[in-house]
Amino acid sequence: MSAALLYALAGVALFVIGVAALILQAHLLRKILAFNVMGSGVFLVLVGFGQRSGVPDPVPQAMVLTGIVVALAATALALALARRLLDLNGEMRLPEEEIVRDRLDV
Amino acid sequence: MFDPLPWLILLPLTWATLAFVQGPGRGGRLAVAGLALQVALAATLAQQIVTGGERVLAVGGWGAPLGIDLAVDGLSMVMLVLTQGVALPLAFYARCYFAGHAGSQRYFWPLTGYLLAAMNALFLSADVFNIYVTLELLSLAAVGLVALPGGAGPVSAAMRYLLATLLGSAAYLLGVALLYGVYGSVSLPALASLVGADAPLAVSLAAALMLLGLMLKTALFPFHFWLPPAHGGAPAPVSALLSALVIKASFYLILRLWFDLFAPITSVLAAQLVGGLGAGAVLWGSLLALRQTQLKMLVAYSTVAQVGYLFLLLPLTTGTTAEVTASAWQGGVLQVVAHGLAKAAMFAAAGAMITATGRNEIAGIAGVATRLPLTLFSFALASVTIMGLPPSGGFAAKWLLLGAALASGQWWWIVVMVAGGLLSAAYVFKVLRQAFLPVDAATDFKVLPRMLEWPVFLLALASLLLGLTASELLHLLDAA
Repeated sequence: MSAALLYALAGVALFVIGVAALILQAHLLRKILAFNVMGSGVFLVLVGFGQRSGVPDPVPQAMVLTGIVVALAATALALALARRLLDLNGEMRLPEEEIVRDRLDV
Repeated sequence: MFDPLPWLILLPLTWATLAFVQGPGRGGRLAVAGLALQVALAATLAQQIVTGGERVLAVGGWGAPLGIDLAVDGLSMVMLVLTQGVALPLAFYARCYFAGHAGSQRYFWPLTGYLLAAMNALFLSADVFNIYVTLELLSLAAVGLVALPGGAGPVSAAMRYLLATLLGSAAYLLGVALLYGVYGSVSLPALASLVGADAPLAVSLAAALMLLGLMLKTALFPFHFWLPPAHGGAPAPVSALLSALVIKASFYLILRLWFDLFAPITSVLAAQLVGGLGAGAVLWGSLLALRQTQLKMLVAYSTVAQVGYLFLLLPLTTGTTAEVTASAWQGGVLQVVAHGLAKAAMFAAAGAMITATGRNEIAGIAGVATRLPLTLFSFALASVTIMGLPPSGGFAAKWLLLGAALASGQWWWIVVMVAGGLLSAAYVFKVLRQAFLPVDAATDFKVLPRMLEWPVFLLALASLLLGLTASELLHLLDAA
C-alpha cells in the first residue's frame, strides 16, 4: 500500500467519522466540531492523495489553505448562531419536535 | 475594450461592502443602482455570447492550471440573466418591504450583495475548486439572510440550513480532492477531456459525493428537511431570493457536472434513481403543500415539489436519442427560469398579503381579492406557471419534458408530471378560494405602497410571458 493511498484512506475515515457525528450528535458544539473533523479529513485527502511520486505538490496545499479560511468563517458563523440559540432557547440543541409537528400539520 | 465579465462579480461585492460600511439598514439605494448596472452588464454580455460564442477570461493574465479561469457559455449566461433579472425587481420590493420592519432589516443589503456576487462568481467559474469557494460564500450569505429576523424560529432554521449546507459542500470538496488526486487538475475543461468511460473507481466515488452534496444543497427529496423552515420563516424578500435563485445555483452545478464532467460515466440506472427522487419530491412536496396552514410554508413546500421537476431532466437525457435529449434539456432549463420568476413573485406576493392583513395563516387572507386585487392577480399569474398552464413559461417547460418522456417511452414520468400538476392546482386554489371569501367591512387592511405590488406583478407577468418568448431564451442557451 502506497503512502498516498494510506493518507487518502485515513482522510476518508476521518470524513466518515465526522459525518456520523454531525448526524448523530444532538449538541450543537459537537456538531460544529464534527464539521471540522470532516474538513480535516478532506484536507488530508487533498494533500496526501494529491502528491505524485512522493514529491509535495504546492497546488493542493494552496487549496487547503483556502479551505481552512472557508472552514474558519463557517465555524465562526455556526458558533455565533449556536450562541444566539443558547440565549433564545436556553440550550445548545436544535428544537427537534418543531419539524415533526410541522410535517403532521393538517 | 470594456469587458463586462469580471464586473458581474466585482460590482455586487463593491456595493455590498459600501452598504455594510454605511451601517445597519442602509444601502438600499446603492443596491438598486448597482443591480440596474448589473442588469445592463448581463444584457451586454448576453449580446456578446449570442454573436461571438462562449468566452473565457484568465483572471489577471494567469491561465489555468495555476490561475483562475472565468468562462461563460449559453447555460451560465441564462443563469446570469435570470439572477440579475429577478434580483432587480426584488430590490425595489425589499426597499419598500423593510421600510416598515425596522429591526429585521439590519444587514439585508450587504448580505444580498455578497449573495449575488457569490452566485455570479459560481456561474462564471471554470474550475471545481473555485466553485467550492463560491458555493460556501453563497451558503454563508444565505444562512445570514435566513437568520435576519433573529427570533428562535429563524435562528434554528438558519442553524439547520447551515449544518445541511456545510455537509453538502464538504461532500463536494471531498469529491474535488479525489478528482485532483486522480487527474492532478481542477479545471473543468481539462478534467472533462480526461474523464473517460474507463475512469478509476475513485472518480465514480467523487461523482457520487459531489452530486449527493449538491442534491442536499438543492433540497431534493428526501434531503428537503431544511428548506421549508428556512424559506418559509425568512422575511419575504429573502424567501424570494432563496427559493428563486439560491437553490438553482447548486442545480446549475449538477447540470454542469452531469453533462460536462461526468458524462462518460453516468449510467441510466443512476439517472433513473435521481429521477425517482425527483418524482418523490413532486408528489410529497405537493401533498405537504396542500396540508399547510401557513401561507409562506405552503409556498415553500411548493418549491420542494418544483425542484422535483428539475431532476426529471436527468433520466430523460441519459441514454436517450439526441432529439429527446435536446428537448428535455431545453425543458429543464426553461423550468429553472420559469420557476425562478414565478416563485419570486409568489413569495413576494405572499409577503405583501401578510403585510396588509397582519396574519401569517392562509385563513387570514380572506377578502384579499377585493382589497389587494393587483397582488392577488400577481399571485394567480405566478401560479399559472407553477401549475404549468398555457401560455406560461412553466407550460412550455413541462410540455417539452412531457414530449421527451413520451418520445423515449418513459411513461412513468408522465404520470408523475400530470399528478404533480393536479396537486399544484389543488394547493393554489386552496389559497385563491380563501382570498375570494367575503370579509367584514370593518376588517383592517393596511394600504400597501405601490412598490410592494408592481415589482411583484412584473415578475409574475415575466413568468407568464416566458412561454411566448421561450425561443429567445433557448437561442441564448444554444449560443455556445
